[in-house]
Amino acid sequence: MNGRKTILAGIAAGALVTVAVAGPAAARDLTVVSWGGAYQDAQREVYFKPFVEATKIKLLEESWDGGVGVLRAKIQGGNNNWDVVQVESEELVLGCEEGLYEKIDWEKVGGKDKLMDDAVHECGVGTIVYNFILSYDADRIKDGPKSWADFWNVQKWPGKRALRKGPKTNLEIALMADGVPPAEVYKTLATEAGIERAFRKLDELKPHLIWWEKGSQPPQLLAAGEVAMTSAYNGRIAAANQNDKKNFRIVWQNSLYTVDYWVIMKGTPNKAQAEQFIHFASLPENQAKLPAKIPYGVTAKAATAMIDPKILPELPTAPENIATALYINEPFWVENLDRLNQRFNAWVAR
Amino acid sequence: MIQAATVETTEIPALKRLLRRSQRRQQVTAIALVAPLLVFLLLTYIGPIGALLSRGILDPEVPSVLPRTTAALATWDGRELPPEVAFAALVADMREARSAGTLAAAATRLNYDINGFRSLMFSTARRLPAEIDSARDTLIGIDPKWGERETWAAIRRASGPVGDFYLLAALDLRRDADGNIVAAPEDQAIFIDVIARTFLISGVVTALCLVLGYPVAYVLATLPARSAGLLMIFVLLPFWTSLLVRTAAWVVVLQREGIVNSLLLGIGIIEQPLEMIFNRFAVYVAMTHILLPFMILPLYSVMKGIPAVHLRAAASLGAPPFTVFRRVYLPQTLPGIGAGCLLVFIQALGYYITPALVGGAEDQMISYLIAFYASRTINWGMAAALSILLLAATLVLCAVYGRLVGFGRVRPG
Repeated sequence: MNGRKTILAGIAAGALVTVAVAGPAAARDLTVVSWGGAYQDAQREVYFKPFVEATKIKLLEESWDGGVGVLRAKIQGGNNNWDVVQVESEELVLGCEEGLYEKIDWEKVGGKDKLMDDAVHECGVGTIVYNFILSYDADRIKDGPKSWADFWNVQKWPGKRALRKGPKTNLEIALMADGVPPAEVYKTLATEAGIERAFRKLDELKPHLIWWEKGSQPPQLLAAGEVAMTSAYNGRIAAANQNDKKNFRIVWQNSLYTVDYWVIMKGTPNKAQAEQFIHFASLPENQAKLPAKIPYGVTAKAATAMIDPKILPELPTAPENIATALYINEPFWVENLDRLNQRFNAWVAR
Repeated sequence: MIQAATVETTEIPALKRLLRRSQRRQQVTAIALVAPLLVFLLLTYIGPIGALLSRGILDPEVPSVLPRTTAALATWDGRELPPEVAFAALVADMREARSAGTLAAAATRLNYDINGFRSLMFSTARRLPAEIDSARDTLIGIDPKWGERETWAAIRRASGPVGDFYLLAALDLRRDADGNIVAAPEDQAIFIDVIARTFLISGVVTALCLVLGYPVAYVLATLPARSAGLLMIFVLLPFWTSLLVRTAAWVVVLQREGIVNSLLLGIGIIEQPLEMIFNRFAVYVAMTHILLPFMILPLYSVMKGIPAVHLRAAASLGAPPFTVFRRVYLPQTLPGIGAGCLLVFIQALGYYITPALVGGAEDQMISYLIAFYASRTINWGMAAALSILLLAATLVLCAVYGRLVGFGRVRPG
């Protein structure tokens, strides 16, 4: 760059800054927030980059670790800088109730009937179906565990176990390991005795437990040999196998599944672009590219037919995988999370 | 002084007045020089910390969202169900809060107190009919919980503007429906245990630092300057390295397939890898390593000032080496021991990253819970109350230390 061009560029940049400061509604770039790691890497290839190419809308991505409080603080603080956020169903339900999100205008994002039923919510557009599964490293364990009951069997499979920190999913896992059939899990948890039973079951395993907080940790713990088995997101395990040539196995028996949703943050100046993005990310031809990169199930009904049949058995939505799976009951967790968080923290610290 | 000055003014010669004026100017200059830092501290440190800590005793959500209800409950004696006005006030508040989108703030706060209050508020607000005869019958008809004294007592407890809810909760206490302070249910009690553990870990780390650091400081203080300088670099290098780097290094060293285990397995001392990480052992090792310089440096500076002639004199008077140490050397190093222990202990109390990375769930200290409430559940009241507790504990400790040892004797490196 020669001298004059530099000066011109400088003036231009200065002018841009002035404009940006002067216009009160001067829009920041569309900011999309997801869960980071291998998953967001896949989303970048499948959604973010193609979206920018197709629409010329600038897109800024960030990642987060969840928690409706984070979103609440952003809205109440009045300086929200996020537009589209991928949330778990718990944050969807809580935040929608509290008015943290824009109501979805289904005309603008492609229509309800194009998606599976679980993906449709007044405040959110479901985008992936994913499971908490049991995983282990087949290079270290030859005759691997088959169920959550085996997860508790430290005689046959010695070594540490890892679970996600927090009560959610772990109480369900504990009950299923204790012999409660999936259909009975939430009925049992609705009673004080059922919660007691779940914590007692977790007690048995406590000396062998360590806790993970980010979805990227379970494959790391398995790879480092730090744990013999762990609960994990199925997609993270598959990504580790694919990208790092690992030999981790997934046990689909009694896995837990849930849906993640796109939401639009209340009052965003980028609402139109946000809708455009969600529409783009809900098109079956776009969604169908995701499972090849990271094997989560996708929500567009028409996408399943476009997915490579070779990878279909690895997906949560494959019929044999979903047969014994438990759908995570959001209303239960919305009702009880404060109390169970406190109780879990007290239990875990003891 | 000022009074004396005015009385004497007439007698003061011009020179003295000039001197006084120039002194005053110097004072003003001194204040002006300090002022930027003072303002900076006030704005960036004391102000924000004070604002955050105040959340531990403020209880603003319920009175701002349910103003009529809190007003109506102010005169309620709490023995029977509140009067019809309170029910009617709640209905009016709920309608308004629902359309303003503020109901969640109050519901969230009340849910901290009674599980299920959140859904009670939202389902009630949703199901309120347009026309109401008796607010009392309507509410109890929607959910029988409105017919329970405990429900209303919870609203009154949260009526602010200040309250002891969070502080009591931080001590595993709560108020019952009659306002008496009672212990929290056992399965919800956590904080006292964690605070006790925080003190235990800090105490053990301080003791380890003292036992390991004292001989090192002695060697440093007695070696010839050249080799002492070299040794000092070994002490200071880790001191200058980032805390995070050092903690991460311990993860690499201690993990199941880490350096220590590979070595021990390789030379055949152990058959199975030792579990050295995600437990208390790792927390002690890593924290002691990180805090050791804070013990060595004050000890070193104090030991450096002890004249060798004292020891020689004691020895020449016939004291055996141990007596020389115990009667002559040790007492003179006490200020260094005091300063080192205080520095290490107080820093250890607030440790967060190191236990989080190398400790297990049973090894987390109070800062972990503060972070959990501040950034995970965004319950700032709870985070602030725990911070108040930690700050108070630290201040008490300092005061006790000041009483026992005296700050005048502390000579930090």
